[in-house]
Amino acid sequence: MKEIVILSGKGGTGKSSVCSALAHIKKDNILVADCDVDAADLHLIMAPENVPGVDFYSGIIAEIDAEKCIACGLCAQKCRFDAISLYEGKYRVEPLDCEGCAYCHYICPVEAIAIPQQNIGNYFQAESRLGFTLVHARLNIGAENSGKLVAKVKSIAKEQCKKEGKDFMLVDGSPGIGCPVISSLSGVDYVVLVTEATYSGLSDLERLWTLLDMFKLPGACIVNKADINPSVASEIRKFMQKKKIADLGDIPYSEDFPKAIAMGRTLIEENETRWRPVFEKIWKAIEEKI
Amino acid sequence: MIVGFTSTGEGWDAKIDPRFGRTEFILIYDEEKDELKAVDNREVSDMAHGVGPKTAQKIHELGVQVLITGNGPGGNAAEVLKNMNVKIYIKAGGMGIREAYGTYKANKLESIGG
Amino acid sequence: MRLAIASGKGGTGKTTLAVNLALKASGTMKTVLADLDVEEPNGSIFIGGETVDEKQVYRYTPAWNQKSCSLCGKCTSWCAYNALIKLGEIILVMPNLCHSCYACSELCPDGALPMEASPLGTIRHFSRGKLDFTESKLNIGLEQAAPLIKQSLNYLDENFKDHDLQILDSPPGTACSMMEAVRSADYVILVTEPTPFGLHDLKLAVETVRQLELPFAVVINRDGIGNDELDRYLKAEEIAVWARIPHQREIAELYSRGEILFDKVAAVDDALSDILQRLEGLS
Repeated sequence: MKEIVILSGKGGTGKSSVCSALAHIKKDNILVADCDVDAADLHLIMAPENVPGVDFYSGIIAEIDAEKCIACGLCAQKCRFDAISLYEGKYRVEPLDCEGCAYCHYICPVEAIAIPQQNIGNYFQAESRLGFTLVHARLNIGAENSGKLVAKVKSIAKEQCKKEGKDFMLVDGSPGIGCPVISSLSGVDYVVLVTEATYSGLSDLERLWTLLDMFKLPGACIVNKADINPSVASEIRKFMQKKKIADLGDIPYSEDFPKAIAMGRTLIEENETRWRPVFEKIWKAIEEKI
Repeated sequence: MIVGFTSTGEGWDAKIDPRFGRTEFILIYDEEKDELKAVDNREVSDMAHGVGPKTAQKIHELGVQVLITGNGPGGNAAEVLKNMNVKIYIKAGGMGIREAYGTYKANKLESIGG
Repeated sequence: MRLAIASGKGGTGKTTLAVNLALKASGTMKTVLADLDVEEPNGSIFIGGETVDEKQVYRYTPAWNQKSCSLCGKCTSWCAYNALIKLGEIILVMPNLCHSCYACSELCPDGALPMEASPLGTIRHFSRGKLDFTESKLNIGLEQAAPLIKQSLNYLDENFKDHDLQILDSPPGTACSMMEAVRSADYVILVTEPTPFGLHDLKLAVETVRQLELPFAVVINRDGIGNDELDRYLKAEEIAVWARIPHQREIAELYSRGEILFDKVAAVDDALSDILQRLEGLS
């Protein structure tokens, strides 16, 4: 079983389109893990069946027991996030403001403040519209993605992928370069970067490369919208050559991308004759390198 | 030498967990005493953030001098590890613990920092 | 009046609307536009203008004072974010994990973790004709946007309280940073597009502003490219639509060149007039 993660710096480069197209090509021999939890793109294209989710716990919120509270106000005084205020004679934490630092829990003179783990969302394992299994997560309002959730989604996906005997696990990685991305990268066999031919695309690639370098992971890059700025595209290619990032080819700007995404279709469904050969070629290149 | 492994399980028949911070177990092998000990890291790996540094602190407390793992530490953990006297060997992800140890002894694993 | 412009995710035309609305409004009233997308501010691409003020903004994180420290290690058990690590005889602080709660600093029995200022980002104030514009940018490598957004809103309170209209271009998404940006607003405009993606993300944004108990309305961008599912949803939820901007190639082209729209495209100008009229109706 080979695990491949797809990353891009920020949104809009076409990562979801590329990811779903790649998944479509290998749909009979793949499992997909959607770790880009804050952006629903992938699961809207893959339309997984509605299954009950598993509660996901992460982080804490302070809760004051009104019966024990002696209204000394020490917690409100110390809270740096203005999350505690007087309410009907006792002190109360506003959950939306609480950052879960637990300072109040430590200093309450009568131990009236608890810090229970929060159920911040659910993760799901379901059959997608195209037949393969999709493992994904949905967070509650205000909750943030974290390395922990990504790790959970990936470990469920890995186990299931092995069970199903599929050869490939495709991970739609988190954006940025923080904890969730690190978690997305852990344990993968290959990294596919999707970037665009703009200056911000180039700087995103450079930042992602420092991560790949830190983990000593082999990677390849697809340059999307390559024709909107050919000089930047060639700068990107120079960077790739210098850093030994494999070149999976250019994709010229195409209206098919926003059209397919807008209507919840993969590129292959949008225009099979145009896109199947492109993505089959990309797979071939990936398989040669793994 | 005290050799540590990021591990998926508690004994020699487990595999190397490719993750550093979120590894579920840390195996400690005392070469001189020929003793293998398993440490449960799930309390740490279950946290939302800052898991790498916490795991680094743990391996420091356990006196690990050589750590064999898969992908290696992320940014925050790497910062902590700079202050420690531990040599990290990577690319052992997925190998059985015994195989990883053997590969390390045969000088075939890539090391970073140290 | 403080108006926040938000959307479920990026790419719906939120910043374009904010910029064009601010420029048009500034023709008749004192207006300030605040770009609160601190990780990736791009409003200034459209505005230009001269710099009036630039302010370095700081956050506070603990610094370890070795001399006073008794190495009890209690700080590492208090920190909810694993930002403090004890390696034998040294305490390491991981500032990018720190949330500045001050717990370790104030609880340390030895006073060995005084809080120190470290750079968070910058707030710049530009002016272009009659429009004031603030741009807040988070320093590279920092991940927490909310503290800078909070300070940016304080900057607005201090410097622009006499302005008739404050427009907040909030970060995309519905997480912490967006909530921090919109919660002090008097009114929120949610920008969406009539596609399955647009609708899905709008529903998340609607849930968020309802949870924050903020009055809001919707502006539909690229009207005509999708289906009528969005309209049916808005009708069922009794959500007001303040304007519709049609899907026109001309608009996309002007946008890709970083150009202002309302002085060139009548449909955009009409949409902005509708919005300004509605705002007037509120006050």
